[in-house]
Amino acid sequence: MQNTTLILLLGAMAVVAFYFGRSRSLALVGGASKSAALHSLPGYYGYFTVVWCLLPALALMLLWLLFEPRLVVAFVVSGLPDAERQMTGGELNLLVNNIQNLASGDAVSGEVDSVLRAAADRYNEISQWSRRLLAVLVLGIAGLGATYAWRRIQPDLRARNRVEQVILYLLVAASSIAILTTVGIVLSVLFEAIRFFQKVPLTEFLFGLNWSPQTAIRADQVGSSGSFGAVPLFTGTLLITAIAMSVAVPIGLMTAIYLAEYSSARMRAIAKPLLEILAGIPTVVYGFFAALTVAPWVRRAGEGLGFEVASESALAAGLVMGIMIIPLVSSLADDAIHAVPSAMRDGALGLGSTRSETMTKVILPAALPGIVGGVLLAVSRAIGETMIVVMAAGLAANLTANPFEAVTTVTVQIVTLLVGDQEFDSAKTLAAFALGLMLFLVTLCLNILGLRFVRKYREQYD
Amino acid sequence: MKDANSTRMKVEAGLQRRRRKERVFQLIGLLATAVGIVFLGVFFFSLIKQGASAFEQTHVRLDVEMSSEALAPDGELDLIYADFDGVIRSALRNLFPDVTGRGDRRELNQLVSIAAGYQVRDMLVEDPDLLGGKATIWVPTSANVDMLVKGKIDPGIDEAMRPVSNQQIRWVDQLETEGRIETRFNTALFTNGDSREPELAGIKGALMGSVYMLLVTVALAFPIGVAAAIYLEEFAPKNRWADLIEVNINNLAAVPSIVFGLLGLAVFINWMGLPRSAPLVGGLVLSLLTLPVIIIASRAAIQAVPPSIRQAAFGLGASRMQVVFHHIMPLALPGMLTGTIIGMSRALGESAPLLMIGMVAFIVDVPGGFTDPATALPVQVFLWADSPERAFAERTSAAIIVLLGFLLLMNLTAVIIRKRMERKW
Repeated sequence: MQNTTLILLLGAMAVVAFYFGRSRSLALVGGASKSAALHSLPGYYGYFTVVWCLLPALALMLLWLLFEPRLVVAFVVSGLPDAERQMTGGELNLLVNNIQNLASGDAVSGEVDSVLRAAADRYNEISQWSRRLLAVLVLGIAGLGATYAWRRIQPDLRARNRVEQVILYLLVAASSIAILTTVGIVLSVLFEAIRFFQKVPLTEFLFGLNWSPQTAIRADQVGSSGSFGAVPLFTGTLLITAIAMSVAVPIGLMTAIYLAEYSSARMRAIAKPLLEILAGIPTVVYGFFAALTVAPWVRRAGEGLGFEVASESALAAGLVMGIMIIPLVSSLADDAIHAVPSAMRDGALGLGSTRSETMTKVILPAALPGIVGGVLLAVSRAIGETMIVVMAAGLAANLTANPFEAVTTVTVQIVTLLVGDQEFDSAKTLAAFALGLMLFLVTLCLNILGLRFVRKYREQYD
Repeated sequence: MKDANSTRMKVEAGLQRRRRKERVFQLIGLLATAVGIVFLGVFFFSLIKQGASAFEQTHVRLDVEMSSEALAPDGELDLIYADFDGVIRSALRNLFPDVTGRGDRRELNQLVSIAAGYQVRDMLVEDPDLLGGKATIWVPTSANVDMLVKGKIDPGIDEAMRPVSNQQIRWVDQLETEGRIETRFNTALFTNGDSREPELAGIKGALMGSVYMLLVTVALAFPIGVAAAIYLEEFAPKNRWADLIEVNINNLAAVPSIVFGLLGLAVFINWMGLPRSAPLVGGLVLSLLTLPVIIIASRAAIQAVPPSIRQAAFGLGASRMQVVFHHIMPLALPGMLTGTIIGMSRALGESAPLLMIGMVAFIVDVPGGFTDPATALPVQVFLWADSPERAFAERTSAAIIVLLGFLLLMNLTAVIIRKRMERKW
């Protein structure tokens, strides 16, 4: 039976359970006119029955679906002839793959012999059997649960409190998913990174000057020893981030100042949504624009001035990334400026300073912590930005501070290492997770710091 | 008196300089504001200029003879092995009888897309009686001819530098003067999956992939996000655990999206064994990514409900759950929906985490379910942007226009919901 059919059936059972629970509660006290004799509203007795009907059944189904594939494979493997069961892990994996492909009617690598055929049949048989068992068990438990709840309904059963307790648990579970996500990120990245650092020492990764992750497939291959010194990646990331910031911070800040202090209300009403559009454009689109329009333009301009410009220069990627970040900086700076109490502004103006003097000498110093917090968040955004650099920055790890040369970044390397075929125990793949760990830690620090600045000084003037 | 006068004179002496500074400062502010807006203008202008022509495709009119000797030598039409391309080739040969050399003929055949043969096949499948007869059909030209007709290939530059040869240009000119060339709406762009041939490549596969992904995302992220927001606003005790969740959510909103991709790769694919390239996994990753956005927006919506509503409900004897679900939720729902739509539009534009979970594969088939291999619209943009053919640059812009169109639609919906349903208290 298909899972969707099963879920639909469960839903139907829940509706029936609700109806029976509700009507039993009413029947016990003798009709709707006497529902005041019940502890809770009649509907709650219905929900009480639904909870008992659905929750155990769904829990069983989830567990089953999580463990079923492995169990089926284990059964099939244990049914194989002795010769096959002695195989090493990799060979066995391949064999299991072939069995699964044959069972589902896909192409199979190698010869199909009688052993394989028998195993595939067995595989199909066991999965079918498992499906049937699952359907019977789930529907049975749902029915049993509903009946149990139905029999427990009494006028003095505190149905509302029980249902509300269950809802509260569900709410707690939903809110802890945010925590689980963070834990998941940390664990998944950390485990692979630790495996990487067992192969490559941490000091080499952090301080090595040479990055070429191509590891040799054959031992006698030339020029692919694989070296994992990540310093060129860090400097490349910093270079592009610095270019982006030198575009985004002054422009974003001046935009915020202009819109807060000088522009008419009408212009503000037009300019703000336009800048928000800038923030809503997908980064892949910025990347396309950087690679196809801005990069050639930077190259022509640079060559016109007599510089040698790489076609994937850091400058093009940084410029476009800077434009992308302008709205972030300007909206956070806007918040910080508006958080400064107007008494300070009025006081400065009343003492005869011009508006620009009020801004630069009174408001900006007062808003500075908030602005710094905003800039930190923007830096974290620039460091973690992926698509623009993947499309417009280079792949070669150059250790340079020249914005006209091609550099590569941490995110670009993560993408290039993990896109395409990969084996999960090579240093090359694991290196991506080590880079991911660095990326996560650095952006985490910047975010915590930035958010703390932004929040603390916003509250201080309230 | 004298002192006051001298102060005044000092101030007046500097006044002009200060006013000039003031004007310069204001001008800088205006220029800074203009930079963002001008970029936006240039961006949209260049996008539309590049992409608009991709919505049209050049077609050529051919008189084909579906002779039974060529298509069904054994008397029966074999749909797999019949030489449909041969029919197109001979139609071209009839138009230019003086082309004889092998190389020249090959160049001639390159004028027409390989889709032409499929078109003949589909016609015959639909109406088998056409076999043995003649027909006049419009078939798509190859991408290079398409570029030439649209003026994206300059016939003036050196022959070796462009993908069409001099005699091909001559043939196309001749076809144009005979009225055999026409640009028509590019239906392939919306009905086909990806392809190596630009004139056959379409965004339908990517679009369906995005739709499936967003369905998973909205089904997971909306209920979980709203539930989390309700718990944090209404039920959570104000203690360290609640603080931790709070800090956590704000941080997650700023974690680089590629890190979520790493999580998806390690947890959903390697640990749980879900299939690679599947919209299901993409949707799971994107729902984790949009969850903080939805939670933050929903909390703001709950906070905006005035306390008097809550107090009135409590006063009439409602339980906490009843207050929340019967009174606060309905009033906060527009804000929650707006936040969800904005989260969804962020999810639609996201591509970096999808690269990590294998949704960058070259997939021709349009996905038909949540576990079929698929790509997404922004990833399709990424893939096409990498292709060297000129015709793909045009199609990339077209795909971007479609993507931005969807984003615009979603954001407009959010704005309308906010305007229509939000109450002022």
